[in-house]
Amino acid sequence: MNRIKLATVGLGGCSGCHMSFLYLDEWLIELAQRVELVYSPLADIKVYPKGVDVALVEGAIANQDHLDMIHQVRKRTKVLISFGDCAVTGNVTALRNPLFQLSNTEIEGKTEDHGQSVLARAYLETATHPQLPKSDLVPPLLTQVLPVHKVVDVDLYLPGCPPDANRIRAVLEPLVEGKRPELLSAGNIRFG
Amino acid sequence: MSKRIVIDPVTRIEGHAKISIYLDDQGEVYDARFHVTEFRGFEKFCEGRPFWEMPGITARVCGICPVSHLLASAKTGDQLLAVKIPPAAEKLRRLMNLGQIIQSHALSSFHLTSPDLLLGWESDPGKRNVFGLMDVDPGMVRSGIRLRQFGQQIIEQLGGRKIHPTWAVPGGVRSNLSTQKREEILSRLPEVKATVLSVLEQFKRLLEDFQEEAGVFGNFPSLFMGLITANGSWEHYSGLLRFVDSEGNIIADKLRASDYSDFIGEAVQSDSYLKSPYYKPFGYPKENQRNPPNSELDSELNNDGLYRVGPLARLNICDRIGTPLAEQELANFRQHGTVNSSFFYHYARLIEILTCVERIETMLDDLDLQSQHLRARADVNQLEAIGVSEAPRGTLFHHYQIDETGLLTQVNLIIATGQNNLAMNRAVAQIARHYIHGPNIPEPLLNRVEAGIRAFDPCLSCSTHAAGQMPLHIQLFNAEGLVIDQRYR
Ligand code: SF4
Repeated sequence: MNRIKLATVGLGGCSGCHMSFLYLDEWLIELAQRVELVYSPLADIKVYPKGVDVALVEGAIANQDHLDMIHQVRKRTKVLISFGDCAVTGNVTALRNPLFQLSNTEIEGKTEDHGQSVLARAYLETATHPQLPKSDLVPPLLTQVLPVHKVVDVDLYLPGCPPDANRIRAVLEPLVEGKRPELLSAGNIRFG
Repeated sequence: MSKRIVIDPVTRIEGHAKISIYLDDQGEVYDARFHVTEFRGFEKFCEGRPFWEMPGITARVCGICPVSHLLASAKTGDQLLAVKIPPAAEKLRRLMNLGQIIQSHALSSFHLTSPDLLLGWESDPGKRNVFGLMDVDPGMVRSGIRLRQFGQQIIEQLGGRKIHPTWAVPGGVRSNLSTQKREEILSRLPEVKATVLSVLEQFKRLLEDFQEEAGVFGNFPSLFMGLITANGSWEHYSGLLRFVDSEGNIIADKLRASDYSDFIGEAVQSDSYLKSPYYKPFGYPKENQRNPPNSELDSELNNDGLYRVGPLARLNICDRIGTPLAEQELANFRQHGTVNSSFFYHYARLIEILTCVERIETMLDDLDLQSQHLRARADVNQLEAIGVSEAPRGTLFHHYQIDETGLLTQVNLIIATGQNNLAMNRAVAQIARHYIHGPNIPEPLLNRVEAGIRAFDPCLSCSTHAAGQMPLHIQLFNAEGLVIDQRYR
């Protein structure tokens, strides 16, 4: 049997969706015989490969690294699944959005000042050895956190915070057999 | 020309990070650094929300140890109400925390680290993961999965779901442990205990093959911090804080978590979203200079404020662990005194799983677990509080200030993983300097540098909760790829 190529991707989230994936528990052992895990935070491949059949994408798009990553994932994946509430709606990761909007409207004319005071709060005032992180190794943040489908096309949505393991299985099981999962069936759609 | 190598992303850890390694003209490592690339902003966006929501929201800081945030937040809430929670509620919270330590440690040991130890550094990176291990040693993987499931089952049985249960609340908990669920847990204990004991034996045998790694995976003197009980025993839910040095001398004892700002300072490094806490009386190590060369590490003996938290620290600071089988293991663990090598975090984790299993076994006989008195109800009676618990990765602090109506005016979270940031930095530099010589670096060597980070089991979802708006960074490069101009906003 041809094993399908499975990837799991973590963007701006809490890893909880990945943990829920691991709660497939012993079914994981069965799954391992039917898929090839070609990219995942749980594995050591550093570059997202070409020709991925199915990708579970956890988390919202919150910084430049996520943005670069999601475009690459879209380009190289047949079925992209928006995995969990952060990916589907922005969820907790997007709770910071109003803060940024606030700063954008308030800063008209005095950008520097306002930017400084918000930054100062995090890395200058509360710190005993203060400075602002700035290095090419830490990605700049986006002013708005976005759900995945705002940036690229999404093929399937699997909401939940996190989606429980049974629902993950309900999606993966048909996919490994080359079928399209029927997500609207009872109990499969649940947020929170 | 000097050269920089970036490992991006660091894999088989929880969250997003990079490692940079700097080589001089001769191809020797002059420094290496650990960078956390995630930023989420909890401390800021929680302002203005009711503190009642905090257990549920802060659980979402981290999907691996949501229970730690749930408990630290609920404990902070208890103090804002100024109540003493019912004894049954405290016992049930403890039970859940033990379940969580088991599941989180099992994840680190089996799902993330065992591929390095069992498949080997030189094995195919495409297969060097838990799925690859299933082909080679399915029995091992299955028992790891089942061990983790056991811890998780406890969380689910108490909280109604495996991840992000909204069960602990300011004043107590929402539900007890039914007798039927108690039986289910009880019935699995023998299997679980047998698993831990056999893995411990296997790990001790493996240790002989990993002497070189044990010598350089973050092996240096430092302080260690964690909670202990009033009589100096291992503790995970309440108690007082203790610092010991690399030889086991108590540096500070019976510190109250509510005074944390007196003894913990928070530094910022320019190349990471993760702050670097340090022990204030000893000062910030080297003022953010490069990591000390390997030859200097020994002579650095505790003269700076670097401290470690988590399983290794908890076993180094306690006078005893408090359960019979784990006590024997602890004696073996500490046969040469205080353990300074971070490689032994792995061993410490297994010993902690064992004590958690033993503790659960004892606890289950307590009829209080079926009590109906689970929650003390009150209004806001205090405007500021600091709650603490031992997360799997170390001590976790939640600090809230609220107004009379219960809305948050200030939030500070000090996360376990952050407190290991300085040590993780020093560890990657030590490992890189030991293994890397010359510009051609085979993959297994880089994986060893990453494995040094895995030993700490960092949880980076947790660690980057800080507040504020980050700068935008624009760089202009010339044809040679050199930065000719850059702007920050
Ligand atoms: S949806 Fe929930 S569980 Fe998943 S990453 Fe987001 S906060 Fe975590």
